[in-house]
Amino acid sequence: MAPKTIIEKIWDEHVVYREDGKPDLLYIDLHLVHEVTSPQAFEGLRQKGRKVRRPDLTFATMDHNVPTVNRFVIEDEVARNQMTALERNCREFGVPLADLNSPEQGIVHVIGPELGLTQPGKTIVCGDSHTSTHGAFGALAFGIGTSEVEHVLATQTLWQHRPKTMQVNVTGALAPGVSAKDVILAIIGKFGVDFGTGYVLEFTGDVIRRLSMEERMTICNMSIEAGARAGLIAPDDVTFAYLRERKYAPKGEAFEQAVEKWKQLCTDEGAVYDRVIHMDGSEIAPTVTWGTTPAMSSPIDGTVPHPEEFATETERKAVQLALQYMGLKPGTKMTDIPVQHVFIGSCTNSRISDLREAARIVKGKKVAPGVRALVVPGSQQVKKQAEEEGIAQTFIDAGFEWRDSGCSMCLGMNPDTVPAGEHCASTSNRNFEGRQGKGARTHLVSPAMAAAAAIYGHFVDVRTLYKEAVR
Amino acid sequence: MEPFIIHKGKVAGLDRANVDTDQIIPKQFLKRIERTGFGQFLFYDWRYLPDGAPNPHFELNRPENEGATILVANENFGCGSSREHAPWALADYGFRAVIAPSFADIFYNNCLKNSLLPIKLPKEDVVYLLKKAERPDYELTISLEQQVVFDDEGFTSTFDIDPYRKQLLLKGWDEIDLTFVYEPYIIAYEKARS
Repeated sequence: MAPKTIIEKIWDEHVVYREDGKPDLLYIDLHLVHEVTSPQAFEGLRQKGRKVRRPDLTFATMDHNVPTVNRFVIEDEVARNQMTALERNCREFGVPLADLNSPEQGIVHVIGPELGLTQPGKTIVCGDSHTSTHGAFGALAFGIGTSEVEHVLATQTLWQHRPKTMQVNVTGALAPGVSAKDVILAIIGKFGVDFGTGYVLEFTGDVIRRLSMEERMTICNMSIEAGARAGLIAPDDVTFAYLRERKYAPKGEAFEQAVEKWKQLCTDEGAVYDRVIHMDGSEIAPTVTWGTTPAMSSPIDGTVPHPEEFATETERKAVQLALQYMGLKPGTKMTDIPVQHVFIGSCTNSRISDLREAARIVKGKKVAPGVRALVVPGSQQVKKQAEEEGIAQTFIDAGFEWRDSGCSMCLGMNPDTVPAGEHCASTSNRNFEGRQGKGARTHLVSPAMAAAAAIYGHFVDVRTLYKEAVR
Repeated sequence: MEPFIIHKGKVAGLDRANVDTDQIIPKQFLKRIERTGFGQFLFYDWRYLPDGAPNPHFELNRPENEGATILVANENFGCGSSREHAPWALADYGFRAVIAPSFADIFYNNCLKNSLLPIKLPKEDVVYLLKKAERPDYELTISLEQQVVFDDEGFTSTFDIDPYRKQLLLKGWDEIDLTFVYEPYIIAYEKARS
């Protein structure tokens, strides 16, 4: 048999029907649902008298609209309607739901892995672009629109063209203070916000192998910011150890059998990718975005660039508009950019290890005057664990607000927003104009970098803090 | 779905790259549970000033772009969030087609599900069309059957589209109905795996 990439292996395993001149009809193993992109899909089913084909392969939660303080008091009537609609739809169609009362509620891309729903080799979809997160387990996971949500609810399949494959090989070793977030920001900074369009990325190399599951999720999460259809990492012992004993993972003998099968999920020797790119992990510094796309970033020891440094007219115009929006002057040191808000959360960086990393920086210190800092755990389980470990108290003592779980300030659909003209150090994934609030100025960073910015009131090179800690 | 066969209409230019779906339809308008009525919120933060008055500097507010049904933009149009509210808003506003050198994958797929035709043209054609779109009377014709875009002044350019998606658009078929034809294969697949 011809050698295959892991991407092709998973794909071929899920083709229900194939015919020349058509996309493949692909089977979907897990469909995650949330309140914002599903109401129109359920309504479509209702209008046509259709059922959900496999409620047992579907799982819903509420995350985008959820208030993170007084979560049961939803003052926004339209938001409340959307959550009521999800409850009603799940009841009517028999779909399991982790609602606001559930200890399992959280950001859909945090709870899927946490509950063991996410497993190697699965095809996973959700009406959310950050579904790529689940690729960290060696699953083929991608975001879809509402019409496709309806299609999957009705048929458990999607018509999809076989994607192109790309290897993203990250070699070397990361310096202390450099995180998974910096790796993905650096990759996007180097190759651009659309190098992945039409591709599924497989992340490989020494740097990737040494990452924990949660760090791998951060990398795969932002594959979509490179335009990729999905990003994944072949499963290994780190993956299997994470999944053992998770609620929906196989148990006992069945788990051992599953592991044997999952071990086959790797790219064969001699398999050919459509494209291969390289990144030297040793060269990556803590990274901060200065513009309005995730590619507009600089190492922390760098400066805000000048539009003239860019090659094309389109780029120069985009940079000019971005700097105007961000209120930044070319040549400004990244460490001189003041910060008024700090957001630690989102499906990119709100897991327990992210909070631990941030808490290490915060411990025994105080949030700088004039800075409002929020920690929004990715799930109620993460919240509980952080409270048990004392991390929550570390944040509270330092002057951070400690919240309930949800998407929160990543996109500000709930009341958590950044006012116009103010700068926010955010561990989220998008620094688009208006993303965190109209006129809000977002800088994407790692949890440690966000925590340091909260303490100092401006960006700081966390590598210097780690050096101090070692001394 | 409304069929798309041939369309002639006025062209509006939006000479920006990486226009993300957060700009096309900002998050505060995603809370509705209907598919309709999003046009009024299209490009909201660019289109309106803080006091709610139309922003005269925004491309679509220029008098020459009034009544446009074809939008021409730059690279990586529709990147970011998977929100189908973006094509819903563009279609509800009156657009039937978007032309760009490249599109983000999810947005491109979402357009096809809503009879909003996304057309990839070479960069030099897009540059030409953006220039032409500055004129108030400039019109293009799009034939999906022929896979061609042309004007009355000699410009013509062909485009690619997946033959399966093309058929669905030409016929205006409901894709789910069509997939049910393949249900025996789905059942067989589920049996084989259980």
